[in-house]
Amino acid sequence: MANGTNKLALIASKGTLDWAYPPFILANAAAAMGWEVGIFFTFYGLPLLKKDLKLSVTPVGNPAMPMKMPFGPEAFQNINWPIPNLITANIPGFESVAVNLMKKGFKNKGVATIEELRETALEMDVKLIGCQMTMDVFGFKKEDFIDQAQIGGAAAFLQFASDANVSLFV
Amino acid sequence: MSDVKVVKTLDCTGLLCPMPVVKTFKTIKEMQVGDVLEMISTDPGSMPDMKAWANQTQHELLEATEAGGKFKFLIKKTH
Repeated sequence: MANGTNKLALIASKGTLDWAYPPFILANAAAAMGWEVGIFFTFYGLPLLKKDLKLSVTPVGNPAMPMKMPFGPEAFQNINWPIPNLITANIPGFESVAVNLMKKGFKNKGVATIEELRETALEMDVKLIGCQMTMDVFGFKKEDFIDQAQIGGAAAFLQFASDANVSLFV
Repeated sequence: MSDVKVVKTLDCTGLLCPMPVVKTFKTIKEMQVGDVLEMISTDPGSMPDMKAWANQTQHELLEATEAGGKFKFLIKKTH
């Protein structure tokens, strides 16, 4: 690169279907621009390293999450259904409905899946690092994770981030 | 730009961020220095993104145009 190699250091701390996107999207975009990229997965971000991803999302306690239908005429799709917490939290199966609606909505719009984004990130040599301490606390084992996952601690991340142009906590 | 010879066309129609830049990166990696890649997309975000991408990778963006909801980019591989 003419401007020297830029570097992106990310911390991914959330493992829900919605918040899994920002770190992987940024990592892919940066790697595609020739940047060196590392993502440090800690706390609830750790499940994003699992071999088999089973991500979900819940509208409970998140009034900013639009509840829209990914099918039907456009005017219908644009309606935001105001569903109270009382219902989203208490109707059995509501969460899986929300997960399926989000997955379908993303797919219809042409957004890649987290699995695809993780794969392309790895193809472009993005480093994926699991936090050893939270692995111990939550009972994750190295074998639970994809083979390319590395393990590290806070010092290892800070060393990587120390000469990064961009560092973000997601 | 009639003298530009497109070596390869990459269709990113229907794809959203970050896939147009990711696919452009992967495709151009397989091409020869001096080759011109044509990339077609429908994501309005690909206009600022491709400009940033070209700026960061130092490949030459010869053309970036929009017509009827379709974006067309011509990129020359420089290194």
